[in-house]
Amino acid sequence: MREIEFDDIVKAVRDIIVHCGTDLPQDTYDALKEAMEKEKSPVSKEVIRQILENADIAKEEKRPLCQDTGLAVFFVKVGEDVKVKGGLLKDAINKGTEQGYKDAYLRASTCEPFSRANLKDTVGYNLPAIIHFDLVEGDKIDIEYAAKGGGSENVSRAKVFPPAAGKEGIINYVKEVISDAGGNPCPPITVGVGIGGTFEKAVISSKHALFRDIGSKNPDPELDEMEQTILEEINKLGIGAMGMGGTKTALAVHIEANPCHIASLPVSVNVQCHSSRHTHITI
Amino acid sequence: MAQYTLTTPLTSEDTKKLKAGDTVLLNGVIYTARDAAHKRLVELIEKGEELPFDIKGSVIYFVGPTPPKPGDPIGSAGPTTSYRMDSYSPTMLKHGSKGMIGKGKRSQEVKDACIKYDGIYFGATGGAGALLGKKITSAEVIAYPELGPEAVRKITVKDFPVTVINDTYGNDLYEMGRKEYEVK
Repeated sequence: MREIEFDDIVKAVRDIIVHCGTDLPQDTYDALKEAMEKEKSPVSKEVIRQILENADIAKEEKRPLCQDTGLAVFFVKVGEDVKVKGGLLKDAINKGTEQGYKDAYLRASTCEPFSRANLKDTVGYNLPAIIHFDLVEGDKIDIEYAAKGGGSENVSRAKVFPPAAGKEGIINYVKEVISDAGGNPCPPITVGVGIGGTFEKAVISSKHALFRDIGSKNPDPELDEMEQTILEEINKLGIGAMGMGGTKTALAVHIEANPCHIASLPVSVNVQCHSSRHTHITI
Repeated sequence: MAQYTLTTPLTSEDTKKLKAGDTVLLNGVIYTARDAAHKRLVELIEKGEELPFDIKGSVIYFVGPTPPKPGDPIGSAGPTTSYRMDSYSPTMLKHGSKGMIGKGKRSQEVKDACIKYDGIYFGATGGAGALLGKKITSAEVIAYPELGPEAVRKITVKDFPVTVINDTYGNDLYEMGRKEYEVK
């Protein structure tokens, strides 16, 4: 049984939060640069130019990329042969989140759902983090992290279709969600699509799909083809950067599919803004 | 699409020359307010009480900035999604406010109020918080400090870049832009 110190996890989590808050990942930066070159609308081109300039300023001066520094979302795979020494893994992730958000001057955005009171002085600074755990073989802890902003989360949707809806039904649904969203989720966006499983499995899969690097290929050829088809359809909508009209509404579509019940076809669409702050570490 | 440099407070003469798609560099004092602050401001107006700032010709920025780093007036400060202010904005425009800065589409009521009261809805680049924060040269909380990032701030901006989304003639850049690039 391998032991990992509680404080080492706190530090690792703190560091990725500080880094992601101010330094746009290379995959996102490269995809935006390509989108700017290919964008046909001069207005949208200028918006993407500002987005890239913003990323340069944020990196150089260690300023938050966006004032919406998100809720901290984690997918954590815990090896069965690893033990955290000195505390609970969940507590370590929350502690690292709080430290990272404070140290990088990121915004505390968690609040009580009804009174809307900010939780920074009660539960903790931008706590609780949203953590999805999974148990796997081995003696390592694998942590995927993304900062998830509110604007793009607000346009996300899920629906359970009858099986007869098929691929066509799924494609039309994704198009409808993105069309209704317009400029609100801060395009150029990444679109995560979760298909199959149960209702909540589809939703969690659509979230996890957003953690994949932009520009990476889906290993499943059928899903890869579907991703390309949906991306083309979305970019025909004309929404453009920040909704100002253009040809580059989405940078990528990522799909995760799961086996499902013979009676249902759950589909979830989760949207990430152009500031796709995500990373991955293994401890 | 023209380019302008304007200084607040704005007048009807300023706003009536703007058309959807024009770009503007804003200068002078503007005020920040999001959902919770708007609710309180509109309540004050309805009760006939005094507002924490002069609403005549004012520009309201929908933003909840990050905390400033030591020595900075403000942190990152890009626009938040505007539709959440749709139920409040017509009242603000009716009482003399001339401009709003945010991101995302507005309701027909807001667009109608822009026509009726010579108001402009400006879009700023969402997610460009570091760049936009640097255009803010001073910031001071003037009301509702308990709202944290949602407090009302009086901020001074220098060459703050915005685009006209809804003008005083009923034009909407989001609709115009989309129509131009949509492939049926």
